[in-house]
This record gives sequence, C-alpha cells and structure tokens, in this order.
Amino acid sequence: MKDDIILRVVAKLLMPFMLLFALYVQFHADFGPGGGFQAGVIAAAAIVFYALIFGLPAGLRLVPEWVVEKMLAAGVLVYAGVGLAGLVLGGNYLDYFVLGADPVSGQHRGIFWVEVGVLLTVAGVMLKLFYMFAGRGRDAEGE
Amino acid sequence: MAVTVVAMVLQRNLFSVVVLFGIYSFLMATVLVALDAVDVAMTEAAVGAGVSTVLLLGALHLTGGAEAQRLERPLLPLVLSIAVGAVLAYGSLGLPAFSDPLAPIHTHVVPRYLNEGLKETGVPNIVSAVLASYRGYDTLGETVVVFTAGAGVIALLRRRRKSK
Repeated sequence: MKDDIILRVVAKLLMPFMLLFALYVQFHADFGPGGGFQAGVIAAAAIVFYALIFGLPAGLRLVPEWVVEKMLAAGVLVYAGVGLAGLVLGGNYLDYFVLGADPVSGQHRGIFWVEVGVLLTVAGVMLKLFYMFAGRGRDAEGE
Repeated sequence: MAVTVVAMVLQRNLFSVVVLFGIYSFLMATVLVALDAVDVAMTEAAVGAGVSTVLLLGALHLTGGAEAQRLERPLLPLVLSIAVGAVLAYGSLGLPAFSDPLAPIHTHVVPRYLNEGLKETGVPNIVSAVLASYRGYDTLGETVVVFTAGAGVIALLRRRRKSK
C-alpha cells in the first residue's frame, strides 16, 4: 500500500486528528465518555494505521519496539505507584484523598495518573501484538 | 446481527469471516450506544472492529485463507451448544426486568455512587469515577491482566523466532 498516493496523503492528514482524539478521550474522561483503556486503543490504532500504510519499518521508526516494551511495564508501575504514593502520604493503598490539598483535587490527581497508567499498558500491549504478528509474517516471507 | 452470525457460520472463506466479524462488532457498538453505554461502545468499536480485525487479518496472512475440511459430524457440538444456550435463556428469565429500579443491583451501592459520587470525587462522569476511584483495585487488577497477557504473547512468539 506504500505506493498509493491517496492512502498516503489521507493517512498523513488523519494521523494528527487520531492522536488528538486519543488525548481528548484520555483527558476529557472526567466529563465525557472515555478513559485510559479507550484512549490507549485509539492511540495504538493510529500507529497501526500508520504502519499499515507506510510499512512496518516506518511504524517501527515512529515507535520503536523497545519503547513499546517499556510502556507495557511502565503503565502497571505508574498505577501501582499511585497506590504507593497514597501510602507514603499517610492514607491507604490507592487512597486518592491524600494526594491533593483537598479531597476532591486529590481524587482528580489520583484518577488522572491511574488513567495514564492504563493508557500506557493498553497501548503498549496492542502495539506489541501488532508488531509481533506483522513481524512474523515478514519473517515467513523472507525465507 | 443474526444475519451476520449466520453468514459467518456458513462462510468457508476466512477473509470474509473476518470482515463479517468487524461488521458484527460495529453493530454491537450501535446496540451499546442505544443502551447509553457509550464507554463500552467506544471500546467495542475500537477493539472489536478495529484492532482485532487487523490482528485477525495478520494471523490470516500467516495461516492462509481457507477453512480446513471438518473431520467429524458436528452433531454433538451442535446439541451441546443449543443446550447451553437454552439453559442461559432459561436463567435470564429469572433476572429482574430491564431498568427495574428495585433490582438488587440498583439498591446496594449504586445509589451512593450516583448521589455522592460527584460530591466525593468531583468527577461528573460517573463511569470514570467508579472505574478509577471506587473500584481502583479492580482496575489495577485489570491492568495487570492486560500486562500479563501481553507479556505471555511476547514470551511465546519471541522464543519461536529465536529457535529458527
């Protein structure tokens, strides 16, 4: 699909909007539908789309495989870290009330970081799966 | 949706099955929107119709497009799945009616989430509040499950590639 000019142009036009929509879904989750899981999948779908149109090597240049693997673990660590931050600040595990000046802003902060953790893990897993499958196809073709 | 399912079962070409699967996911997403579960509909459209279609097509690329001829008569599995379906349908008769305000699930913690949620968390979207705050442990567990699944796939596929 690399040589199709229409697909290339449309993909380049759509990419920023897809990533922007992922961020909107992520950070607007307090007020509208969405959250880390949905945003992670949309962001991963944007990268997968890019890799489908421009080829796997281009996708790997955009988001290298080691970044994806770090994202997998970083997401869980961020989530668990929020829980530990609650402990350190004198609350229970995953207690958000102690994270901010007053309980409500603490809740906001806690939910925000937890959703960031979910986003990282979900997007990482989706991209890694895609890279794995696409990479295997490439290996089989090379033989 | 019933039409797509029947077409999926009858179809022998796996490529069309994958496409029908995507159509089914989109139909499911519209049903979920009609039920006011926008968060779930979003996930269904993105995961079911988007990413998993791409993954299935990738798997198809590795395995080839035609379904293998079946080895035995499908009578026993057919009877079994019809029986399980009948039991599930019978069980659903005992559930409270749809949107019944006195159903047990609506009288336990849901009133507190709905009435106190905004005051306690300051988050207007009740789904986010329940997911990330009241049910924080569950969501942490889910994240760990996603991580474990990803790590398992990495472990499986990578070892094969090295042994080549």
